[in-house]
Amino acid sequence: MSAAETEDRRSWMPYLLSAPALLLFIAIVLVPLAMTVLLSFHDWGQYKGIETVFILKNWREIWSDGYFHEVFLRTFRVAFLVTLLTAVLGAPEAYILSRMKSPWKGIFLLVVIGPLLISVVARTLGWALLFGGSGGVVNKALLNLGVISTPIPFMFTETGMMVALAHVLMPFMVLSVWAALQKLDPQIENAALSLGASQMTVLRRIVLPQIMPGILAGAIIVFALAASAFATPSIIGGRRLKVASTLAYDEFLNTLNWPLGAAVAVLLLIALVLIIVGSNRIIERRYAEVFR
Amino acid sequence: MAFLVLDGLTKRFGEHIAVENLSLAVEQGEFLALLGPSGCGKTTTLQMIAGFVTPTSGTITLAGQDLLAVKPAKRGLGIVFQSYALFPHMTAAENVAFGLEMQGVDKSERSRRVTEALELVGLGKFAERHPRRMSGGQQQRVALARALVIRPSILLLDEPLSNLDAKLREEMQIELRQIQRNVGTTTILVTHDQSEAMALSDRIAVMSQGRIEQIAPPHEAYERPATPFVANFLGKTNVLQAQVQSGQALLGEGRWPVPAGSPPRVLVTVRPEKIGFADGGAQALAGQVVTRIFQGNHWLYQVDTAHGRVTVIRQNSGETAPAEGEAVRLSWRQEDMSVRPAETAR
Ligand SMILES: Nc1ncnc2c1ncn2[C@@H]1O[C@H](COP(=O)(O)OP(=O)(O)OP(=O)(O)O)[C@@H](O)[C@H]1O
Ligand SMILES: [Mg+2]
Repeated sequence: MSAAETEDRRSWMPYLLSAPALLLFIAIVLVPLAMTVLLSFHDWGQYKGIETVFILKNWREIWSDGYFHEVFLRTFRVAFLVTLLTAVLGAPEAYILSRMKSPWKGIFLLVVIGPLLISVVARTLGWALLFGGSGGVVNKALLNLGVISTPIPFMFTETGMMVALAHVLMPFMVLSVWAALQKLDPQIENAALSLGASQMTVLRRIVLPQIMPGILAGAIIVFALAASAFATPSIIGGRRLKVASTLAYDEFLNTLNWPLGAAVAVLLLIALVLIIVGSNRIIERRYAEVFR
Repeated sequence: MAFLVLDGLTKRFGEHIAVENLSLAVEQGEFLALLGPSGCGKTTTLQMIAGFVTPTSGTITLAGQDLLAVKPAKRGLGIVFQSYALFPHMTAAENVAFGLEMQGVDKSERSRRVTEALELVGLGKFAERHPRRMSGGQQQRVALARALVIRPSILLLDEPLSNLDAKLREEMQIELRQIQRNVGTTTILVTHDQSEAMALSDRIAVMSQGRIEQIAPPHEAYERPATPFVANFLGKTNVLQAQVQSGQALLGEGRWPVPAGSPPRVLVTVRPEKIGFADGGAQALAGQVVTRIFQGNHWLYQVDTAHGRVTVIRQNSGETAPAEGEAVRLSWRQEDMSVRPAETAR
């Protein structure tokens, strides 16, 4: 066999080997996605059902109707604030965890990851039980103690949605920062100390910049999951407070306006991809040195 | 009282004793080398002085003050870490400037001193480079500049030159020695390179398994090693077993007087470069050259004798060198050998 022949076969090998996975990916991701995109251009009427035509009606509706603007704005506002909340609480949490001694470290890490092991629905209902209306345990206690005169609103509020989402998504932030912290050389902090830096300065000038990539990676994950979350917003937001994913769900299953639901879903996907890719670009450029 | 005093310093990691009852006094302006094999507790000792490892017991005093009561950030020591510990998100210049910034040195003065320090270690052109884009040797020199620039009261160097090539290392050694002479900074250098320790320091503390074996000026430690370990660690040496008869050690046809009261079996230690080839005469140990290696300025011989293999180093001074297989007679001066009872051998 000549060398060229061997070379030829080698270059085909990777494609051949990845073909099964590629086919599966095309069948269960790309095809439905393409079909959803197509669907968003179809027409729909109360009595005629779905018409397979190519029109921009659904997109125009989303573009011009203030209701959709409100929903999308809410979706990204909630996602952004949830991301901020997890970063502000999760980064220090991860740092404290990494500084704990051996048995506690493992126990508290488990506590942090805990929420991931419980069903989203059970967890969200737990929050609802704590704060739901005047019947919620915490509200009841505070009311009885006289700390507050009206129950803290939680159900059907954006705040409630954010708190519950932040709780659910906290592990992703903590684990991502945790991974960045593991790469830190403890002697680097010692070096800064020996040069006369205070503990606060070490945290701010030495530790934070080094774990920034971890925080940002966590932020991207949390943002994407928060913007596309379904169970938590639908339980806490109910039918009144819609976000993009619950809106799409409603169009599909309640109104049965599949094309409009598809347009909402596709728009959410496009917006998410743009935001994530864009911020990733900026981050990679900004932190080129730390990422290497 | 000495400037820096370590007294009865001990550090245990669980069952393992890393440093055991170590006492050491360093004078102001002195250059002391901590020399020892890997894992003997050099870094641990240094980190205790720096304050990053808390001693299990013992005291450290600096200029009469209890150093253990002072926080690491307030000790004002310049440290070069074994792992460099550079700040990866800062450029070389920012790394060096950090300590000055913490001291509140104003900006123009700061940049002047940073440039000066980087020039000193030969990295003037690399000021804007990040550590991860530098070679190991360059990083090491940034670490050195960062420690020097704050003009510390004591400089703690943990193998600061280990990653440099031979030529650069020699240059940096001279540089280091000069800085130390000019500024008079008390310096403790950790190294496992005996030639580096001897070239740089006023005194060498040879460590083994957490203990100090000998503290002495390099020349003295080399010529009169206190223990066999020191003798072996500071350069090559020959240890020969010999019988003692009527106050004389018998080595081949040679008779060397030994101190009165020596036991019947002794160990005789002679440095390879102190052994010569005798033309004739009785005072010699006969042997046969096994290998002969040319090393530029000297020849290295392995000679088989009745007392074991002996290493001999001869200057390449132009005289004819015995060939491999040739029979030779080895001899040395009385004062160049040291004698120990065989029992103390380790
Ligand atoms: N944090 C630690 N926990 C447990 N054992 C340790 C710790 N640090 C050091 N040791 C042990 O203490 C001993 C001395 O370590 P040290 O780092 O001081 O050695 P060293 O002389 O600097 O060696 P090297 O030349 O390889 O750097 C070693 O046996 C090491 O395994
Ligand atoms: Mg070490």
